Amino acid sequence: MFNLTLPERLDRILKSDFLWRLSRSPVAILSLLVVTLLVLGAVFAPWIAPFDPYDSASLDLMNGFTAPLTENDFTGQQFLLGTDDQGRDVLSTILYGMRISLFVGFASVLFAMVLGISLGLIAGYLGGWVDTIIMRIADVQLTFPSILVAMLIFGIAKGVMPAEYRDQMAIWVLIIAIGLSDWVQFARVVRGATLVEKNREYVMAAQLIGQPTPIIMWRHILPNVLSPVLVIATISLALAIIAEATLSFLGVGAPPTQPSLGTLIRIGQGFMFSGEWWILLFPALTLLALALSVNLLGDWLRDTLNPKLR
Amino acid sequence: MSLLEIDELTVEFPTRQGAFVAVDGASLSVEAGQIHGLVGESGAGKSTIGVAIMGLLEKPGHITGGTISLKGEHISGLNTAAMQALRGKQISMIFQDPLTSLNPLLTIGDQLTETIRAHLNLTQDEANQRAIELLELVRIPDPKTRITQYPHQFSGGMRQRIVIALALCSEPDVIIADEPTTALDVSVQAQVLALIKELAREKQVGVILITHDMGVIADTTDVMTVMYQGKVVENGLTSQVLGQPKHAYTQSLIAAVPRPNERMHRFPLVSYGGRTQDFQIDDLARNWNKTEIDANQPLFEVSKLTKRFLKKSALLPSSQEYSTAVDEVSFNIQQGEVFGIVGESGSGKSTIARMIAGLYGVDGGSILFDGKPVTGVKDLSDYRRQIQMIFQDPYSSLNPRMRIDAIIGEPAKHHKLLSGKALQKRVDELLEQVGLTAAAGKKYPHEFSGGQRQRISIARALATQPRFLICDEPTSALDVSIQAQILNILKDLQEHLNLTMLFISHDLPVIRQMCDRVGVMQGGIMVEQRETEALFTNPQHAYTQELLSFMPQLKGI
Repeated sequence: MFNLTLPERLDRILKSDFLWRLSRSPVAILSLLVVTLLVLGAVFAPWIAPFDPYDSASLDLMNGFTAPLTENDFTGQQFLLGTDDQGRDVLSTILYGMRISLFVGFASVLFAMVLGISLGLIAGYLGGWVDTIIMRIADVQLTFPSILVAMLIFGIAKGVMPAEYRDQMAIWVLIIAIGLSDWVQFARVVRGATLVEKNREYVMAAQLIGQPTPIIMWRHILPNVLSPVLVIATISLALAIIAEATLSFLGVGAPPTQPSLGTLIRIGQGFMFSGEWWILLFPALTLLALALSVNLLGDWLRDTLNPKLR
Repeated sequence: MSLLEIDELTVEFPTRQGAFVAVDGASLSVEAGQIHGLVGESGAGKSTIGVAIMGLLEKPGHITGGTISLKGEHISGLNTAAMQALRGKQISMIFQDPLTSLNPLLTIGDQLTETIRAHLNLTQDEANQRAIELLELVRIPDPKTRITQYPHQFSGGMRQRIVIALALCSEPDVIIADEPTTALDVSVQAQVLALIKELAREKQVGVILITHDMGVIADTTDVMTVMYQGKVVENGLTSQVLGQPKHAYTQSLIAAVPRPNERMHRFPLVSYGGRTQDFQIDDLARNWNKTEIDANQPLFEVSKLTKRFLKKSALLPSSQEYSTAVDEVSFNIQQGEVFGIVGESGSGKSTIARMIAGLYGVDGGSILFDGKPVTGVKDLSDYRRQIQMIFQDPYSSLNPRMRIDAIIGEPAKHHKLLSGKALQKRVDELLEQVGLTAAAGKKYPHEFSGGQRQRISIARALATQPRFLICDEPTSALDVSIQAQILNILKDLQEHLNLTMLFISHDLPVIRQMCDRVGVMQGGIMVEQRETEALFTNPQHAYTQELLSFMPQLKGI
């Protein structure tokens, strides 16, 4: 019981002000379009990419350094965005690279969210020394730049893990490293919202009938503190994608066997001054478009969900 | 020519669903030295008139018709700069909440002199002198030293008087007071209203007093205007409108006001605008499992109940400081009785309710329910099933993210009394019984008005068929006509289901209508405890006498 059927839910969404507000913001529509396009491109990369850049059988070293939309001198092949030093199609590497970037971005934000929301809820609702301990840890972590925290965690993980698993596990370590460096802001926002919500009378009504504390936190408080979390999560996603790119650019992130956008930029920057500009430019532009539109979407979401700014 | 003349004023707020007309062709006029009461329920447009006069309408709201003129000159439609010169200088405003209308970072002297110098051509010393005079005028004791203090060093009533002093700085012709006493206790309210009355006469200022409280209107105003849904439905001399209301809405409004001087069986509900919703008590009573009542034994025996709150936390217990919120309070509640607790804010009445509800721990004393202790006991589930609570604020007592049927079903589900289809059936029945429809269960709280939410709150409280109901200021956030409906429902519950109730309120007339016995709280101590009629006709304790003397008398109704 108490569940909405699908048409009812759809009806609610269609009637809500949300879509109406979206239709009145060209920036948000454009950002949403760009994000959707890029995400779809990444998800369907194996089907839409013209080449598989990691299939060494299809690679031809002779194709290396082909400029965009020009014929290769040796093979006569053409590439939309050119090729890199090993003859890989840049468009294909970008599509495949985005898969890694987006996966790491989403997964690390999800991890940071779950951790931050849980700790923030517990700190805010229980208060006292539990609150003190959790929030002091958060404060200490905030004194380091998050990229430094991520590098630290990444370094420790690398040292601990046996060499043969390193490349395999690199992506997961990256997710945990970025997630751990980013939970604090979720925890802070959720704690603040929880402090407000826990003194509301509906929480008292639940306490009155003797609901156990975890249930009150989960069923009553959590749904009411989620809307600011949504906004932070969107902006965090952009930051996480950039953090991943930074780490990969510095060579401590995604391994060369699974290059992300950051790895591609690192490879490309070596050719920046030798005339092969496209190897750097196109991955960098993709990263820019992705991060910028996710960020703009987050900003719009924050303004929309905040009644004071309407 | 009147001092302030509002003619056919219309204010609209464009929304997605078309323009919302907040004020619809309202006309009224204010004379110098006169207090003009503007009364109506929430959403009637009375505050909108106030801000429209000040030129402070929030965007996208705007005036679409009519004129406002001050001393014969049109002031509606003036540009921002001209309006700014007028605002404060000729028209001042007093807001509801004295806590937020003063800047906490500046001394009151700074705030006063700043305003004075902005409007009058005075030196700092002269302005200071003027500020002291103003504080004297609003009866702040020892103004010479207090002028250097910050807002937090004053009580709520004093702060509101300082706000009045601020409004008087520029010697305005018109003061608009929007619910100036709603956030204050009765004793303070009486002082502030007396001050406004006196200042209007002395300084020949025209005052518009916006309020929802008929008692304030009756005691303070000379002329009144009644508003309903943006329209003026009736205006005239206060005594005339209250004594012989012509319009049906005014009649229904006045009928719903709790009388301070007599106890009514039920509030007469004069319906207007099709807003009455039936409460089906017979239907509810038929299926109610009544427990056998032993009339000799009280349901609750509360003795020497004490609660202390930590004021200053410290590592060593010896250096911690406590404030005592409830100090050795003892009382009994008989089966089927409504026991009232009355007191001003901070007197500890809500703390008692929360201790009885098991929400707060007890620092001393004991509570016996049906002869069994409920303090210091681990498993309270049996006790919790038999008590329920109705809260003050209908906007925060329902979880905004839960559907109504889930909200009402939750207590019964938690106590494993009902589940599945039987629970859904009970929820649907309850919704119909409290005057809503079963379809309401599919909606969310924001789709309901305050009164409807309070009905949902009552339905939730009744779902477990409790023996005891705690009502913590159940109607103080509601309009007077809705309050009458809710109080009638509570009376029905008590009479037909023999529910025992603890009824907490700061509102003496409401206490008189509802309770069999009353305890009066002051500063954590229960100073007097008697039968309601005896308390109201023959109060013993000095504090009770004082409280009763501040009660609005509703002369002429």
